[in-house]
Amino acid sequence: MNIVVLMKQVPGTSSVGVDPTRGTLRREGVPAQTNPYDLHALEAALALKEQVGGTVTVVSMGPPQAEAVIREAYWMGADHGILLTDRVFAGADTLATAFTLSQALKTLEFDLIIAGMQSTDGDTAQVGPGVAEFLDIPHVSYVREIKGVAGPEVGAGTYPLPEGAARLTVTADLGDTLLIQDVCLPALITVTKDLNQPRLPSFKLRKAVADKPVSVMRAEDLPASPKPYYGLAGSATRVEKIFPPERTVVREIWEGEPDELASRLAVLLREVVGK
Amino acid sequence: MTRDESGTKITRVPESGANKIAGHVREPGARPEGNSAEMMSEWSGIMVFAEFHHAASPTDSGGGEFDPVTFELIGKAREMADKSDQEVVCVVLGSGVTGAAADLLHYPVDRVLVYDRHELRHYVAGVYAAFFQDAVLTEKPSIILMGATPVGRSLAPRIAVRFRTGLTADCTVLDIRPNGDLVQTRPAFGGNIMATILTKNARPQMATVRYKVMPWAERLDGRPGKKPGVLVEREMSQPDAVKSLARHLKSVAVRSEVLVPKADSISEAKVIVAVGRGVKSNSDLEMFEALAERLGGMLGGSRPLVEKGWIPVSRQIGQSGRTVRPDVYIALGISGAIQHVAGISGGTIIAVNSDKVAPIFEFANYGVVGDIYSVVPALLKVL
Repeated sequence: MNIVVLMKQVPGTSSVGVDPTRGTLRREGVPAQTNPYDLHALEAALALKEQVGGTVTVVSMGPPQAEAVIREAYWMGADHGILLTDRVFAGADTLATAFTLSQALKTLEFDLIIAGMQSTDGDTAQVGPGVAEFLDIPHVSYVREIKGVAGPEVGAGTYPLPEGAARLTVTADLGDTLLIQDVCLPALITVTKDLNQPRLPSFKLRKAVADKPVSVMRAEDLPASPKPYYGLAGSATRVEKIFPPERTVVREIWEGEPDELASRLAVLLREVVGK
Repeated sequence: MTRDESGTKITRVPESGANKIAGHVREPGARPEGNSAEMMSEWSGIMVFAEFHHAASPTDSGGGEFDPVTFELIGKAREMADKSDQEVVCVVLGSGVTGAAADLLHYPVDRVLVYDRHELRHYVAGVYAAFFQDAVLTEKPSIILMGATPVGRSLAPRIAVRFRTGLTADCTVLDIRPNGDLVQTRPAFGGNIMATILTKNARPQMATVRYKVMPWAERLDGRPGKKPGVLVEREMSQPDAVKSLARHLKSVAVRSEVLVPKADSISEAKVIVAVGRGVKSNSDLEMFEALAERLGGMLGGSRPLVEKGWIPVSRQIGQSGRTVRPDVYIALGISGAIQHVAGISGGTIIAVNSDKVAPIFEFANYGVVGDIYSVVPALLKVL
């Protein structure tokens, strides 16, 4: 089975400072990391490969330094890595990002695409399903269990699948319910942290893959090469302005001894709780 | 795309007037071309996805309920529709749901479209997307609102890509401009800053909204001076949607759907005691749990404690956790990163923190400067 894992580099901390006068982020010196959900996606791919054979290819989009994500994936056991990096990709919203990734995927052979359920910086969960739509393949979001590959025949399914179709049996976490379903390949799934425990990077692999190349793809390498489709130009949304969050005006600040503060709090709580 | 002398974007008008919508869907690139002003004006109305949860038992067809966010979306849609003289249209997808759909007419909606089909008994993304596509192609709404639920977050991006349009996740504020542009505000860049986002050159404009962010629509028996809402039972009619459905029906088969035992949802708690980095050890949580219990509330936490595994994910409060709107919120040892406070609205907010300049004090109604390890035990004695 040829599996592609979508991975993203995100800021390593959620406490990025904001310049109050310019309303912009202070990004300098903020460490980067691999989106934690994507490590679960990679683990799922590696486990499936161990089970049924095949290859694991990691695709990431970002600035040149996002290569670190692919390096980390190599240390965990990924076979190939592709970094989509080009100035024209910058400023992409989820629509343009999903489009760019889907263009790269059209140059690859794959049976299954796995992505993390969302990124910790954007928090949208939109790119995975968006990629599936651009590729016109089914997707299942929030997969918390992969029960099997080409599992037993479907008996009580709502509608029959084509006989002999390659498929995956997965459990999706819909919050109030768990939905167990067979999805025909090729397909895309996004995974939750409940799915597995990502393996640690292997020291042995780290030495072995030190010189392993990362393929770089730019806009001109993609099937739809006209630049207006990518990045900011290819985005349907525009950020009109950014501003520091509005906060409730401070009404009271209390200082003093713990006992005194506790008594005042008790009075306040009796008043506001259970009104 | 070209620009005129004033720098205004001019978009190509399709050569033929026929099948504009289908052409709109099939553009190869990420963005739609041909969104002329004339085409944009064809899109009108605010569509709300009324997400129906079927009762888990397969024999109990028709049982179930709407996701509660539905009523908040209706409230917001109505407010914006009144401002811009548009209609509010709900879309209900499910099996045996016509009765439930009719009940939505007690809310301030103009129309409820229901697709009552056995294929919609379970949520299958591609199948739901085909029916929703049919509704969008038929109605051509200017705006589509969906709940930021597991289903909404799976369905909305498929629809947005199908129509090559913009989708903004987890909006905390929505407003409409006289020209019909939807003004979407959400925390961005990991929640450090708020962003106002517009989808000016594409329709429909799509947004998802979390539960407990917008006020609930009132249940009414008709709106004074307005025509009563209408229930429209629909069958799929748009050829593109029919084709898409046929493909997706062959791609996914549901084996079973099981109910997850309902943990008490922190979103419903009237009183929340939330703890953060100021907590030194896992065993200390007992004391804070005791306070929550004393106040008849629930204990939650900010992201750092969830990452440590001390607080379950289901009790995480913030932009990447649960959004809450309790009567009383007590933040203990929480610095107040915007990622966290973006998840809280309404009620009385009380913060206890030993750091006098912690950002949480800019957010709280009552800021108590003190060590949680001395204030909370003292409070437990006097409460």
